[in-house]
Amino acid sequence: MSAIPMGYALGLAAILFALGLVGVLVRRNIIFVLASIEVMLNAAGLAFLAAGARWGRADGQVMFVFILAVAAAEVSVGLAIALKCRRHLGTLDIDAISKLKD
Amino acid sequence: MHAVLPFVPFFPMVAFAVLALAGGRMAPRIIAITGVAPTALSALLTLITTGAFLGAPPDGRVLSVSFWTWVHIGGFAPKIAFYLDPLSLVMMLVVTFVGSLILLYSVEFMKGQEGYRRFFAYMNLFIGSMLILVLSSDLLFLLVGWEGVGLSSYLLIGFWYGDPANGAAARKAFIVTRVGDTALLVGLLLIFTQLGSLDIQNTMGSAQAEWARGSGMATAAALLILSGAIGKSAQLPLQTWLPDAMAGPTPVSALIHAATMVTAGVYLVARTHVVFDLAPAAQMVTAIIGAATLLYAGLSALAQTDIKRVLAYSTISQIGYMFLALGVGAWSAAIFHLMAHAFFKALLFLAAGLVIKAMGEEHDIRRMGGLRKDLPIVFWTFLIGAASLAAFPLVTAGFFSKDLVVDLTLSSQRGNLFLWVVAVVGALVTSLYAFRVVFLVFFGDPQSTLPRSTSPQERRGRGFGKASVVPLLVLATLAVAGGWMQLPRQWGGPSAFTDFLQPVLPAPATRVGGFAESAAPQVIVAVISVAAIYLSYLLFARRPAVVAGVAEHPLFQRLSNLALSGWGFDRLYGAVFVTPFLWLTRGGRGDVIDAGVSTIAWLARLLQRLLRRSQSGRLRYYVAAASFGVIAFIAVGILR
Repeated sequence: MSAIPMGYALGLAAILFALGLVGVLVRRNIIFVLASIEVMLNAAGLAFLAAGARWGRADGQVMFVFILAVAAAEVSVGLAIALKCRRHLGTLDIDAISKLKD
Repeated sequence: MHAVLPFVPFFPMVAFAVLALAGGRMAPRIIAITGVAPTALSALLTLITTGAFLGAPPDGRVLSVSFWTWVHIGGFAPKIAFYLDPLSLVMMLVVTFVGSLILLYSVEFMKGQEGYRRFFAYMNLFIGSMLILVLSSDLLFLLVGWEGVGLSSYLLIGFWYGDPANGAAARKAFIVTRVGDTALLVGLLLIFTQLGSLDIQNTMGSAQAEWARGSGMATAAALLILSGAIGKSAQLPLQTWLPDAMAGPTPVSALIHAATMVTAGVYLVARTHVVFDLAPAAQMVTAIIGAATLLYAGLSALAQTDIKRVLAYSTISQIGYMFLALGVGAWSAAIFHLMAHAFFKALLFLAAGLVIKAMGEEHDIRRMGGLRKDLPIVFWTFLIGAASLAAFPLVTAGFFSKDLVVDLTLSSQRGNLFLWVVAVVGALVTSLYAFRVVFLVFFGDPQSTLPRSTSPQERRGRGFGKASVVPLLVLATLAVAGGWMQLPRQWGGPSAFTDFLQPVLPAPATRVGGFAESAAPQVIVAVISVAAIYLSYLLFARRPAVVAGVAEHPLFQRLSNLALSGWGFDRLYGAVFVTPFLWLTRGGRGDVIDAGVSTIAWLARLLQRLLRRSQSGRLRYYVAAASFGVIAFIAVGILR
C-alpha cells in the first residue's frame, strides 16, 4: 500500500485550518462560526493523524480521539450558548453579542 | 474561685460577639436579654467572689489565673492572665454593678431606636474591655483593655453617626485620648527596657528594688503613666474631649462617666502607685493637675446651659479630686471617691436622660423648670444624686468619700494647705453648680411647656417603665448608703473600705497634731458645702433677678462665655495644633514625593485609556488578533 506523502496531508490540514479560520472571522451566524471551529479542530486532528502515520506511532490517533471528545464538548456548550442567545437577544448574529466591553 | 473569675469579663465579651455576629433580625426582646443578662451574671459572679474574699484572711485575698503566654521572644513573655486583689475587686464591683444597671436602663431608654442591637453590642464590648483592664495582671494585656475601652467609647460617642457633629466628637475623643495613650505606651516600653518585665506585680517589686526614691527613671516612668491616665480620665490639659463626648446617647455618657473609661486613669495610677511613691515630683504634678482640674472644671460647669455638659464638667472636676487624692498618696481615698462618684454620677446621668426625654430632647436647663411635680421620682433621685455630688454632710456617700479626700489632702505628709484650700473652694463650687441644676430644672416656673402625659401608657412610651426607674432607685440607695462603710477617722467609726484595700494600697503617712488633726477642717468643709447649697438656692431659686442683673454686665458676660466654652481650650488647641497641622498637610499636598506618585497614577490612566479601545466586545476582532498574534510568534520562531 503506497503511503500518501505527509506533505499532502499536512497541506490539506493547513488549507482546512485556513478555511475554518476565515469562516470564524467572516461568518456572522453563530452556528456557522461553530461549524468553522469544528473544521479547524478537524484540521488539527488530520495533522496529528498524518504525523502519527509518518512515524508509525499511536500517539497521533490517541490525540485525534482526544480532539473528537473536546470537539463534542465544545459543540454542546456552544449550541447551548447559541440557544440562550436566540432566546435572549432574538438573533444569532455574533456582532449583536458585543455587550462585554468597556 | 479560680474557675469563676475568667467568666466575669468573658460574659460581656460573648454578649458582644453574639450581638455583633448574629446580624439580621433579632427581636428587640431577645436583643435586650442578650445585652443585659451576661453582665448581670458577671455582677453575680463578682458578688460571689467578693463573698469569698471577705471570708478569707487579709493576706489570702489574692487570686491569679493564668491562661497562656502571649508571645515569647527572648526575655519578653507577656502573659494573658488575670490578677484579682482588693483593688481589682472594687473596680470589678463598680463596673459590673453600675454597668448592668445602666444596661437595664437602656433597655427602655433606647427602645425603638435605630441600631438597638448595635448599641448593646458596643456597650458590652465597653464593659468587657474595662473588666479586662482592671483584671489584667500584665501591663501589656492591660493595654489591650485600655485600647478596647478607647475603641468602644469612640463607637458609642459616634453612635448616631447620621449627624457629622457626632462623628467629629467621636474622633476628637479618640484622638485626644490617643495623645495620652502614646505616652503610656512609651512608659510601658521604658518600664520593660529598665525592669525587663511587664508583669505588674514583678514590675512593682523590682521598681522598688532598683530605682532610688526620686531617681530620674522613676520620675520619667511615673510621668509617662500619668500622661496616659490624664488622657483617659480627661484631666488638664487633655480634658477637651469629655464635654463633646456628650454627643452619644445618655446611657453611654453614664457608662463613660461612672463605670468605665474615665475611671481607668485613676485605676492605672493606683495600680502602679509604687512607681509614684518613688517619684515625689511626679506625685506633686499629679496633685497639682488634680487641683487645677477640679477648679477649672467646676467653674466651667457653673456656666454650662446644657444639662449633660454640666454633668460632664462635674465629672472632670470630681476626677480631679481623685487625682488630687492620688497626688497626696491617699490611694484608697481616691478609689473610695471613685466608687461613690460612680454611684451618684450614673444616677445623675440616668435621671438627666429621663428629664431630657420628658422635655422632648431639650437639653437647655434655662428652658426647664418646675419639673418637680411632673416627674416626682426623677426629681427625688436627682436630688439625692446632686446632694451626694455636693457632699451633703452626714448622710450621703459623696460626703464620706470627699471628706476622706479633702482630709488627707491636708493631713497627708505629701499634702499641704494650698491643695486643701483649692479642694475646699472646689467643694463650694461643686455645691453651687450641682444645686443650680436642681433649682433651675425642678423648681421655679415651667419655662417651656412639658409635653404632659398623664396616662401610664404614654409615660411608659417615653421610657418611664420599671426598667428605667429601678436602676434610679438602686443607684439612689447606693449614692446614700454606699459610703457608710467608711466613716471619718475623727468619728472613730468603721473604716472597712480602706482596711479592705490596705494590703494593696497602704494608707499615707499623716501629720500629727495641729490644725490638720483637729476637727476644724472637717467642720469647715461641711459648713461650706451646706452654705453653698443655700447660696445656690438664693441665687437660682429665690432671687433669679439678681443673677440676671449681674449677668447683663458685659464683664460678667465675657467671663461666662469663656467658662461656657471651657476657658477657650478648644480654641487654643485649634490654633496651636490643629491649624498648623492642617496647614502643613495642605502645604505638603503638591511636593516632590507627591508629584512622583501622581505621575505614576497619570501614566496608568493614560495606558488604560489606550487599552480600553481594544476591547470592543466584538468576538471576531479578538479571534483575528489572537490568530495574528500566534502567526507572528510562529513566524518569529521560524525565521529567527
